[in-house]
Amino acid sequence: MNDTTAAWPLWEVFIRSKQGLEHKHAGSLHAVDAKQAVQMARDVYTRRMEGVSIWVVPSEAITASDPDDKAEMFGPMEDKIYRHPSFYKLPREVEHM
Amino acid sequence: MYTQSLDTAKPESGEAHTPTVSAAQALFTAKMRADKKVEPRDWMPDAYRKTLVRQISQHAHSEVVGMLPEGNWISRAPSLKRKAILLAKVQDEAGHGLYLYSAAETLGTSREQMQDALHSGRAKYSSIFNYPTLTWADVGAIGWLVDGAAIMNQVPLCRCSYGPYARAMIRICKEESFHQRQGFEIMLTLAHGTVAQKTMAQDALNCWWWPTVMMFGPPDAASIHSTTSSQWGIKRISNDDLRQKFIDATVPQAELLGLTIPDPDLTWNAECGHYDIGTINWDDFWKVVNGDGPCNRERLATRVKAHEEGAWVREAALAHAAKQRARSLKEAA
Repeated sequence: MNDTTAAWPLWEVFIRSKQGLEHKHAGSLHAVDAKQAVQMARDVYTRRMEGVSIWVVPSEAITASDPDDKAEMFGPMEDKIYRHPSFYKLPREVEHM
Repeated sequence: MYTQSLDTAKPESGEAHTPTVSAAQALFTAKMRADKKVEPRDWMPDAYRKTLVRQISQHAHSEVVGMLPEGNWISRAPSLKRKAILLAKVQDEAGHGLYLYSAAETLGTSREQMQDALHSGRAKYSSIFNYPTLTWADVGAIGWLVDGAAIMNQVPLCRCSYGPYARAMIRICKEESFHQRQGFEIMLTLAHGTVAQKTMAQDALNCWWWPTVMMFGPPDAASIHSTTSSQWGIKRISNDDLRQKFIDATVPQAELLGLTIPDPDLTWNAECGHYDIGTINWDDFWKVVNGDGPCNRERLATRVKAHEEGAWVREAALAHAAKQRARSLKEAA
């Protein structure tokens, strides 16, 4: 196969499933530009009314945390259970605080 | 649609690990034991990555090639309703191919590499698509039987250890149920139709039954990769168990249709609570896998032709986008 065509860039697709909810990552696709990426995302990810709004982001524009840094990134929160309301034992009378 | 449980690659012999990798390997093994998920940038053994690339891309190719036997019937379906339904189903298959290619790409392979592997004949796709769809009933049988078998296989894959594959499978399974039901409805309509229509439905069942039963892959005893794949949480249920599950679910459906499964040895085994079936002709299966099925050459040639004839469109779209970008930059300046 002598395919001279350069690869189309990769886009990440985010879908808002209904008004009032956040856009959530749905998947990715290849498209030549943002406009085409939105059109394709519509055909691929909203064929059954899964969305009312679409975001597309070039995949290369995303900066992600390093999985190898997981321990130092997220570990320090492990012993800070006082950040959760359940840490505090209150008298029965104020149970609904 | 789905990939058959068939691993054509030779099993990797004991992996050599450098000392630095062994800590990561230990973590990975612990993760597998605890049934945790692996995400794209996590460390994973090369063999795990290779197995996934092979399985997911094979699965994606099956979705794409799977459009061909049905696409053939979009313009010939008996009513506008049936045409619209078939069109929607084929569009779903294209979408499933895309979800799966995307999942495979997260493992470091490119769409071009995968397509090249398919077009050059190195990569396999499900052998079931190397059978022809000669009548409208064949389209019904594909939905009912082939997609029914696919669902059996795909549901456990939703719990696969590799995150992107599992997520793609969840999406696919949600859409697949419509495929099976529309197929069964086609069969039901034909089975309640004229004598000629019912005969057509029975002929389709005769054609598709054994190839579908074989879709689950070789018997467990002969399946080279099952053990590693199950340790890795890629394969959750064995070929034979899935096949039995499919048979037990499908036999009563055939009875409901008033059609006969083409297996004189098919009997209900009250003792174990399952149907026993006759001997599977694996020679026929391997013949089709190895390239000599009724449509192997035609399917691949159609794919290659579509890809090559679409090259100028892909190129033009890219050039158009570049021109638009340059224009908007100029206007902004």
